[in-house]
Amino acid sequence: MQHAEEIKLPSRGARFVKGFSRWLSAASAIPRRDPFAFAGLLLYFAFVVIAIFADSLITYDPREILFDENYDLARNLAPGGDHILGTTYSGRDIYSQLVMGTRGALIVGVTAAVCVVTIGTVLGLIAGYFGGVTDTMLMRLADIALGVPFLPFVIVLAAFMNPSQWNVVLGIALLLWPQSARVIRAQVMTLRERAFIEAARVTGAGPWRILFVHIAPNVLSLSFLYASIAVGWAILTEASISFLGFGPSDSVTWGYMLQDAYASQALGRGQYYWFVPPGLCIIAVVVAGFLISRGYEEILFPKLKD
Amino acid sequence: MAYFLKRFAHMLFVLWAVATILFFMFRTMPGTPLAAFIDNTTTAEQQEALIAQFGLDKSLGEQYWLFLTNAVQGDLGQSFFFKKPVVEVVMEVFPNSVILTLSSLIVAYAFGIVAGAYLAWRRGSWVEGVGIPLVLTTRAAPEFWLGMVLLAFFSFHLGWLPSGGANSSGSNWDSEWQRVTSMDYLSHLALPAITLAIYLQGLPLLLMRSNMLNVLQEEFITMARMKGLSTWTIVMRHAARNALLPVATAFALGIGGAVGGNVVVETVFSWPGIGRLLVNAVSASDYPLAQGAFLMITAVLVVMNFIADVSYHLLDPRVRVATR
Repeated sequence: MQHAEEIKLPSRGARFVKGFSRWLSAASAIPRRDPFAFAGLLLYFAFVVIAIFADSLITYDPREILFDENYDLARNLAPGGDHILGTTYSGRDIYSQLVMGTRGALIVGVTAAVCVVTIGTVLGLIAGYFGGVTDTMLMRLADIALGVPFLPFVIVLAAFMNPSQWNVVLGIALLLWPQSARVIRAQVMTLRERAFIEAARVTGAGPWRILFVHIAPNVLSLSFLYASIAVGWAILTEASISFLGFGPSDSVTWGYMLQDAYASQALGRGQYYWFVPPGLCIIAVVVAGFLISRGYEEILFPKLKD
Repeated sequence: MAYFLKRFAHMLFVLWAVATILFFMFRTMPGTPLAAFIDNTTTAEQQEALIAQFGLDKSLGEQYWLFLTNAVQGDLGQSFFFKKPVVEVVMEVFPNSVILTLSSLIVAYAFGIVAGAYLAWRRGSWVEGVGIPLVLTTRAAPEFWLGMVLLAFFSFHLGWLPSGGANSSGSNWDSEWQRVTSMDYLSHLALPAITLAIYLQGLPLLLMRSNMLNVLQEEFITMARMKGLSTWTIVMRHAARNALLPVATAFALGIGGAVGGNVVVETVFSWPGIGRLLVNAVSASDYPLAQGAFLMITAVLVVMNFIADVSYHLLDPRVRVATR
């Protein structure tokens, strides 16, 4: 981004505003064209609102062990009354856990997506533009990353480091960048030969400037496409890691809830109200990402739509 | 042939690179790998003997060289927990993982191919409007959660199927073959295999559908239509055969990906496979076993990537001619 500082044209502010509004209209083109993508965006929006206002939406502290009026543990209460979704085996409020889990899921999902797409975009740009040895090296690196089994790698990583959701983010950033990098590299290779890049070169723009000022905006929509998929991947992975018991023990996530339910034999007691809602929430977030990415695809590759 | 050799060398390179990353990852992590093994009752001499036994007194470079040469000869060290060679422990559970993966993949791909072709054919109808979101939902559902719901319903609620493991305890078989073909084994296999199949069918379905849509626009389809062939003949004999190729490649990739991805499903159903072995080994800090299991999963993944590449090359005449 420091290359943007090099722009010394007088109308820099105006250019920025224009660029931003163009970006906004590109982003809003999705809901206008594709109802599925619109539904996906709405779902995302709903989850973001829940995550932001989670503190006022919860009815109990999600980690608090609750007791009833006779000072007995409020264990395995069915939904209804004070507890919208009932309570867990250890007497915690399921609804409050579910609401709090939204926050954890979104934080992991969005950070991981930003990391993986940033790495993928930058490496894809560099590989595609410079070619030669740089390209070969980066693509070999991509092959290696694709040869590492994903979930086992994150498990090992999570087991060796201190349990925290950042292990998942790290694992995803390290292993999932090749997908976006490859596609962006291919795109850059064709962009590189286009006339407007030649024109920039003739006016004396350096390679980094051409790369980040002239080429990068043209592959940004591809980055968004991969970001919207990566959010879902990250949330699914985080849930799997927490379910396997390698997640952080101090925060409530959907994966943790499912692990808790599984370990406390909620399946045998048929407590569907405990383990079904977290799964449905995960599905909703991931599907929202899929729908948005489909919307992007249809704009990026209109041929697919006939 | 030159292509084949190049791809083969490439595969070995990736395997070597992953093995190297794995080695250094396990060595540079905080704490000694023996921490789980040494408690305060072991004397200093015993500790040293242990460290020497596992070759940890040598320099990092020497250890690395030993690790590589031993791994090439099929020796992955001793498991701390089982006190047996890692290869033996891994090979004991590996068939279970292969059976689970293959049976679920076959079901998933058979269903996905047929349903994908059907959805492509019914493009724009209400079937598509319902089908596509449904498929996306199955792909978005966490495998282990799907497993939990199926387990709660079919096993605990209805009591139709066993709730975990691969065989009822206390049962005996004359041979491995008899064991895996027994009704007992198959009933244990059913739920995890169905869970995985539901999760896996989305990819071949969507792939088949989009390939079909592409193929249906090609000139030879127009030609077939002009010849007056029936829709059924066109879809099945002309379009589907051409659309199948990338799906076949995806199948090989699917085997590689699924063996590692099965970790959570194997855990939910206590299925004695390699993924569950890895999780248990990691939890118990049995690091030679974790390393061995990880390496085995990687080998399957990389070899399957190789097979997918080569088969694509062999099966599609267009690719073959283009690279000649």
